[in-house]
Amino acid sequence: MAILEVLTIPDPRLKRESPPVERFDASLRDFIHDLEETMCSSPGGVGIAAPQVARFERIVIVDVSCKPKIKNHGRLVLINPEIIEWQGMEKGREGCMSVPDYTGNVIRAKTIKLKAFNESGELCSYDCEGYEARAIQHEVDHLDGVLFLDRLVSRRTDLFQRKVYQDKPPLKPE
Amino acid sequence: MSNNWYMLTVVGKDKPGIVASISEALFEAGCNFGEASMSRLGGNFTIMLMVQYAGEIRRLEDIVATVTRRLNLRCHVDAIEGHLHAHREPDVRISVYGPDRTGIVAHITGTLAKAGLDIYDLESDVGGSDEKPVYIMHIEGHALHGIDAIRQALAADQAPGIQTHLEEIDTIIG
Repeated sequence: MAILEVLTIPDPRLKRESPPVERFDASLRDFIHDLEETMCSSPGGVGIAAPQVARFERIVIVDVSCKPKIKNHGRLVLINPEIIEWQGMEKGREGCMSVPDYTGNVIRAKTIKLKAFNESGELCSYDCEGYEARAIQHEVDHLDGVLFLDRLVSRRTDLFQRKVYQDKPPLKPE
Repeated sequence: MSNNWYMLTVVGKDKPGIVASISEALFEAGCNFGEASMSRLGGNFTIMLMVQYAGEIRRLEDIVATVTRRLNLRCHVDAIEGHLHAHREPDVRISVYGPDRTGIVAHITGTLAKAGLDIYDLESDVGGSDEKPVYIMHIEGHALHGIDAIRQALAADQAPGIQTHLEEIDTIIG
C-alpha cells in the first residue's frame, strides 16, 4: 500500500484522455488499493481517478458513504465506466485534489445510469443520484482529460435567471 | 515580488476598455494581480483588485491615476494585509427575492447574523421593471452555529412578500 503522488495543474498530463483497462489482474488490484489510500489521504476526498496519479487508464473510485443522509452505493470501483443516461441538472460546488485551493460551481446531471466493470472484471450497472452522481461525473471527466475548471459556471449564474435548458446531456465530453 | 499588497478600488461610468487599460498600466509598472471582483453595477463599472507592488503607495496611486483620469474614473488605493490561498469554503447559500422595497437587506442579513451566518459573498440585483422592481440577492457563507439554526431563523422571521431559499453547499472533492 502506498499514497501516490497526485498531479496538480498546470500539469499537461491532466488533459490526456485515458484508454480502457484491458487486463484485470493482481497488479490492477494492487493499484486500486493504492489509489483508494491516496483518495482517503485527502481531507474530504470522495473520489479519485487514475490519471490524477499519472496512471492513464479508465479507473475511478468514488465513495461518498462518509456523508450522512446521502443515498449512495458505498465504495465504488468503476473500471471503464460508461454513463449511459443523464436526467435533470443542478448546480453544485466542486473542488479537486488536482486543483488545490479553488472550488467552483459546476452544472451536472442530477441522476445518471452507468455501466462499469468492477475490480474482478464483472460488468455492473448503477443508478446514482445527487452527490454521488456528481462525484462520478467529476471523476469520469478526468478519464477524458476534463477538469471541473473546464465546466465552471459563474458564481453569478444561478437557476433563478432566465435560461432555456435543454433536456439532454450537455455534460458529456465532446 | 514584494509582499506589499494593495487593494485598488476603481469606480466610474462604464465604457469598453477599462479593465484592459488599467491592467496594462499596472503590468507595465511591474504589478502582480491577486484576487479581484469586477462588475457593472447600475451602469457603473466597479473594480476591487488585489495588487502586489514593490514600490510606495503614492507611486501606485500615480500609475493608476494616469489611466483613471483619462477614462474619467475615480480610484482609491489602500495598503492591506493581503494573503492568497486564504479561501474559506461556504457551507450555505441563501437566495432571496421579492418586490423591491427599502430594508430587505437589513432585515434578512440581520436575521442571518443573529443565527450565526458569516457572510463570505453577497451579490444582488434589481430586476423586473421601473413599475414593478424585483430585488434578488444571493448570499454565501458559513453557518457558525449550524445550518439548521439559519434555516429555523429564516422560517421564523419571514419578511412579507419575500421568498427565501436555503441550500446547503456540500463541496465535492474529487
